[in-house]
Amino acid sequence: MSDVDIRAVLREELGNIAPEIDMSSVDPSADLREALDIDSMDFLNFVTAIHHRLGINIPEIDYPKLMTLDGAVSYLEAKLA
Amino acid sequence: MTEFRMPSLGADMEAGTLVEWMVKPGDRVKRGDVVAIVETQKGAIEVEIFETGEIEQILVDVGAKVPVGTPLAKIRDAPDAMAGLDVAPAKEALAASLAPPPAVAPAAPRLALPSISAGPMPPSVGRIRASPAARRLAQTQKLDLATITGSGPLGAIIAQDVEGSRAVAPLLEKKRAEPGLDLEAMRAAIAAAMTRSKREIPHYYLEHQVDVTPCEAWLAQTNATRPPDKRLLMGALAVKAVALAAHRFPTFNGFYREGKFELARGVHVGVAIAIRGGGLAAPAIRDADRISCDELMGRMRDLIQRMRSGRIRSSEIADSTITISSLGERGVEALYGIIYPPQVALVGVGKIVARPWIVDGAIAPRSIVTLTLSGDHRANDGHAGALFLAEIGKLLREPEKL
Repeated sequence: MSDVDIRAVLREELGNIAPEIDMSSVDPSADLREALDIDSMDFLNFVTAIHHRLGINIPEIDYPKLMTLDGAVSYLEAKLA
Repeated sequence: MTEFRMPSLGADMEAGTLVEWMVKPGDRVKRGDVVAIVETQKGAIEVEIFETGEIEQILVDVGAKVPVGTPLAKIRDAPDAMAGLDVAPAKEALAASLAPPPAVAPAAPRLALPSISAGPMPPSVGRIRASPAARRLAQTQKLDLATITGSGPLGAIIAQDVEGSRAVAPLLEKKRAEPGLDLEAMRAAIAAAMTRSKREIPHYYLEHQVDVTPCEAWLAQTNATRPPDKRLLMGALAVKAVALAAHRFPTFNGFYREGKFELARGVHVGVAIAIRGGGLAAPAIRDADRISCDELMGRMRDLIQRMRSGRIRSSEIADSTITISSLGERGVEALYGIIYPPQVALVGVGKIVARPWIVDGAIAPRSIVTLTLSGDHRANDGHAGALFLAEIGKLLREPEKL
């Protein structure tokens, strides 16, 4: 799966959590919790969705690596490689 | 067979206008029940009945002005009517378990002063007080009575309220297609409830700092071996701890209605959930003291997801016995909530912060959370409140036992 595809999946799943936000306007290096106003429950739902769609079980200890869109893309690329 | 007649509500009253029937043919009534609303020069008055039996026939239509003494309805004697609780269907029994029946109401008609005696919200648990006209209208409009604010006697919903609520109720089923409209209605509902709370409830506030380092450690260990959809969050532990403490300190779990506190039989914790784009609701997690943390977490996830996407069922926002509010991990250290009437307590959970703490005589970094209690001083006191908060703190020290 390419960088573009992963990014599209992440944008889609984040869009499900924060539907009123235009994902194309979100800075890929911004802290997602602040940019999208999401809390721990939202983030857990995001991680759960990634697990279901990409088969990647992200442990809690790795959550900080997914705090930005760019960070999440790099993390998942490495996991899928 | 007896007749229910237009009462004389004062020496100067000659006639009254039947504004609304609170009963319909076939309904069982007992002495003290409010059966009709009558308009007189003194305003709207709720009229109670002296007999026990079953309404056989309504003789006077809504809108008719009739002289004092005119038969309004025929009552069929029903000797077994007093045993109503025993033969009540399951739903009624459930309602009774949630809200103990009020003591026998005074038998004389009382003045209904909507602006004082009837709050902006109906009692939200148990059988909803509503007139048959309001029920019919709600049915045709496909509105849930639980979502409607009553302005009639004792907060009963009358037809006018159903008319007025049409803008409010559908928001519960509607998607966010028209956020402007939905949020405006929700804002109005919040305004009504919070205004009533601050007007009627003498709040007192307590705070208590709790070391939740054991919770964090236990969660990290527990979640490490679980897939994301089975993981637990601190919020689930907090709800469980509050529910268990509320079970042990029952004066924080119930309703203050009609001048007295009623204990609730179950612990149904309302979880305040912010709705994206503005707005707030507190759907209930029923029997939160009796379910496992795993089940509780599953229900919270489900409720929060549906609440945020606007797919909540109206019944779910109706029957909380206590509320817990948290502004999340990016929120504030302490929050002092406004009690959601007719409840009598709200527990606020602040964000977790790292603080130097004394543990076994030495300073250590610990994760601290500030719990607050907003209590209704009519139903409980600060002394019990302090013990209640301390109990929550104690429970959070041993998360594996929650």
